Parts: sequence; structure tokens; C-alpha cells
Amino acid sequence: MTKVLIVAELDGHALNSSTRKCVACAAKLGADSIDVLVLSDNCADAAKAAAAIDGVSKVLTLEATHNSAPLAAVLAPQIAAAAEGYTHVFGPSTTFGKDVMPRVAALLGVGQVSDIMSVESARSFTRPVYAGNALLSVSVPEGKTIVATVRTASWKDAADGGNAPVEALQVNAPIPTHTRFVELAAAASERPDLQTAKKVISGGRGVGSAENFDIIYKLADKLGAGVGASRAAVDAGYVANDMQVGQTGKIIAPELYVAIGISGAIQHLTGIKDAGTIVAINKDPEAPIFEIADIGLVGDLFEIVPELEGKLG
Amino acid sequence: MNKILVCIKRVVDYNVRIRVKPDGSGVVTDGVKMSVNPFDEIAIEEALRIREAGNAQEVVVVSIGDSESQQQLRTGLAMGADRAILINTDSEVDPLAAARAFKALIDKESPDLVIMGKQAIDDDCNQTGQMLAALWDRPQATFASKLELSDGKARVTREVDAGLETIEVDLPAVVTTDLRLNEPRYVKLPDIMKAKKKPLETLQLAELVADATLQVNANNWAAPEARSKGVMVNSVDELISALRDKGLVA
Repeated sequence: MTKVLIVAELDGHALNSSTRKCVACAAKLGADSIDVLVLSDNCADAAKAAAAIDGVSKVLTLEATHNSAPLAAVLAPQIAAAAEGYTHVFGPSTTFGKDVMPRVAALLGVGQVSDIMSVESARSFTRPVYAGNALLSVSVPEGKTIVATVRTASWKDAADGGNAPVEALQVNAPIPTHTRFVELAAAASERPDLQTAKKVISGGRGVGSAENFDIIYKLADKLGAGVGASRAAVDAGYVANDMQVGQTGKIIAPELYVAIGISGAIQHLTGIKDAGTIVAINKDPEAPIFEIADIGLVGDLFEIVPELEGKLG
Repeated sequence: MNKILVCIKRVVDYNVRIRVKPDGSGVVTDGVKMSVNPFDEIAIEEALRIREAGNAQEVVVVSIGDSESQQQLRTGLAMGADRAILINTDSEVDPLAAARAFKALIDKESPDLVIMGKQAIDDDCNQTGQMLAALWDRPQATFASKLELSDGKARVTREVDAGLETIEVDLPAVVTTDLRLNEPRYVKLPDIMKAKKKPLETLQLAELVADATLQVNANNWAAPEARSKGVMVNSVDELISALRDKGLVA
């Protein structure tokens, strides 16, 4: 029997689409059942959304005030208790999943498979190492619960079409008070979310300043695109940290990725290798970004980007 | 506080172009430059700044590996750590075994704070800090970009997908570092000389951890499929036309 428990990720009280990626990955296992666990102070909306995903067998909720913020130290003991009887426990390879899932694994006394890119069998997987410069095939011995995170950029959203029952779960788990949520400073943006956007326009060090990023935003708005950045641009303070694309930032797979003034360090390239079409605009013809770009244009971004924006309908 | 423990890992330097061995048994490491994992270097720097601000007495760096890892511990000492511990093993160690070893060391050393990088840039696992916190039954503050200490507590700003999250944890706790926590100092030659005289103790992994069996078996390594070489265009008009051909713009 292959029984999968997926730890749902929430944005506030809404279901984050990373949960759909986990369901898509779990479906590849040939699982007998796929259950989704929602932990929140108000589970209703997320549970309803999870129950509607095709392939989900059951939605379990752990609703309590102490689950109002996603604190790994608080959630992990409850998830570990809920994991009883499951062969697989999956979470998304987002900052939420990366934070909580290894804590769950350690409580269960097992290792973790990080960043599943593909499923070879119910106990073997492929994952990226060395910033995606090597792909490692791994397997977990029989008899151990498989705790894993799912590399969201490698999987398509599992679609709606299910109608799973929702059950309130009771678990016996210690709730520590040593970790307290203070605040979340989210950069308010009207633009499409970087991780789910079909098109992404990114700026790098070549953009030169926070003010100059305006031309990136204008082009993005013309295309209805999300906006990303290289580590260099974030370190230089041009944009907020949550816009960083790369090995240690967000790994994304848009249909169109436009890299502007980004030289293309391997740590950045690992974040975009699953993109459909990569366009690079850079003044340096030797920039490594051109080695992986589908379409390259050498020139001054301060001339090219406004011209491009003006000529697009 | 009294003591900060910093966990560091010897990894292939981040500038090295990684090559997979033809037989798929790993990546080429012979003759390749090795360094302190960059995130762990940030961890060392943060511990030193806390000590230099008068908020800690001692910074201890610890690594798990064969005797070669002494080089990275010496780097930590040259940066300014007070002493070093090598948990010696010739075998491969996975995050759970590493966390178990650090937990056993914590039982001997009783640190008030443990800092390490959020991930090692070789296996990219991003697990050890979280696992250690679980085994220790203490708070974790992962992906830290700011750390403030006051009366037995730490206020930590974390880089999360949605923005910046701030949490407060009671000490002792495990903190894992993100890129923007600080910029590590450069090591000067006299510091390297001085570091040679600082204490470096060696413990055996087998003495600390009864079971270090690999939890996840590595079967085969492969090079990723390269993206095919694209085309260069010479003008914005050509770019727009290429994008239209692919149906990516109207």
C-alpha cells in the first residue's frame, strides 16, 4: 500500500498552488490514497480547495489557534503525529516546506528526500544537487516512511475535478511555546506571483538602481508578467528579497523568461532552467546567460527595454 | 550568553564548474578547490559579530568529515573563532546523521545558540538545522536575514517566499543563515598564522552517533540535459518577431 499525506501550504487562509504540485507528484507514485492535511486557525477555505483537486482521497484538518502562523516548531509535532500509517509524507519545496518538513522527518527518525524532480518508482526519485549541475537518482530503503519535498517548478498543477470528504483530525502532540510569530512583511504587489506567473521579466546588476527598475516593471506590466531579479540586484538593494530567482531564491518555470542585465551566474541559471523560452538582453556578448538563452539580444538595456515596451501592443 | 556553536561543512568551492564522473558514481572532486560552505561562512561571521558586540564569550566551530575538513576549521579559526572540533569520519554523512552528531556534541558543550548555513551548496539538502532543532526539542529560525538578541531570546527576520517574516524564539535555539545576514570578513595572513595555535579537538563520529546509516541511498549521478543553443537577434523588431513566432506575445 502506498498512502501519501501531503502537508498543505497556505497563503493566509487560502490554499497555495504548491499543494497542487505535491498532488501531481504523489499521483505519479501510483498511490492507493492521497490525503491532504490542512493546519490553520481557520481551515475551511483551504480544505474546500484541496478537496476539489482531482486525485485527492481525503482532506484532514487540524484547526487550532496555535496553527494561525506556519511555525515549523509548532506544526511539525502535529504533522508527525498525523503521519502515522502513511508511507509517504510530502510538502512543497518552498520556504514553508523546506522549513517544516525536515523537522517532521527528524521527529519520525527518518531522512528526507529534498526537491523531487521526477518519480522513478514509489521509493526512487530524481533530485538536483550542486545547484542543478548534477541530477541524483536516490532511493529510500523499505520500511522507512518517505518524507520529501516536491520541487514545484518540475510539476504541473493538479487540476480540479475531485470531491473529497473533509474530516477534522485529532492528534496528541506537544505544542511548544518557545517559538512565536511576530509579523510578516509582505511586499504588496498587483503583479502576477513570481512562482506561478506564465511570463517573468527579471532584472540584474546591469539595471543599476532601484529607480531604473521602473523600466523592468513597465515592460512586465505591458506583458502581464511577474517581476524577478538576480541575487546581485537584491544584494544591491534594487528590489526586495522575495524577488530573487536562483539556487537560493525561487526556482521558477514560466513559459517566457526575460533576463535583462543579468550575466547568468550558475546559481541564477539553476532557477530558470525549466522555463519554456529564455530571452536574454545584455550589453556583454560574452555573458554566460547567452549560452542558455533561446533568444539573445546584445545591446544597451536602457535603449532596448523602452523600445520593446513601446512596440509591444 | 556563554557559547555559540557554529556548524560548517567542507564543500566544492562555489566557483568550480561541476562535472559528473563518466561512470555516474559522483562528481569530480580530485584536484578541485574546496571551501567552507558559503552559508556556513555567514554563520561564522554572525557568531563572531555577536561575540565582538559583547553578547557571547566563546565561538566554537565544528565540522563533520575526514581530516581534510581541518582546513575549513582552520579558516573558521582564522576568521576569529576561539576553538574548533572535528567530528571525524571517512564515511559519507547525511543530514540526519549530522544532526544526531551535533545533538550529541550539544549535550557535551551546552551552547546557548547554534548557527549554521541554511543549506550546503553540494547536496542542496537544506535539512540539517531543522533536524537538529527537532532532535534537541528547541526552536528553529531558518533562512535568517537579521538576528537580534535580548534577555534569553532571539528575534529573527526570515527570508520567506512571501517576503520577510519575523519570529521570536527562546534560547537556546538553532538559527540557519540566508545570504543577506552579513558579509563575511576576509581572512588576513597574520590571522592564518595565529589560527594554527588555536585548539582543534578531534572526536570520532562513531563515539557520538550509534547509527549513522544513510537514510537515502544515492544510486546514480547524471549531468542535466543541456538547453539547446538558441539564436541571436540583432534588433528589437527581430526579437518581437521571434517571440510572435512562438506565440509568446500578441
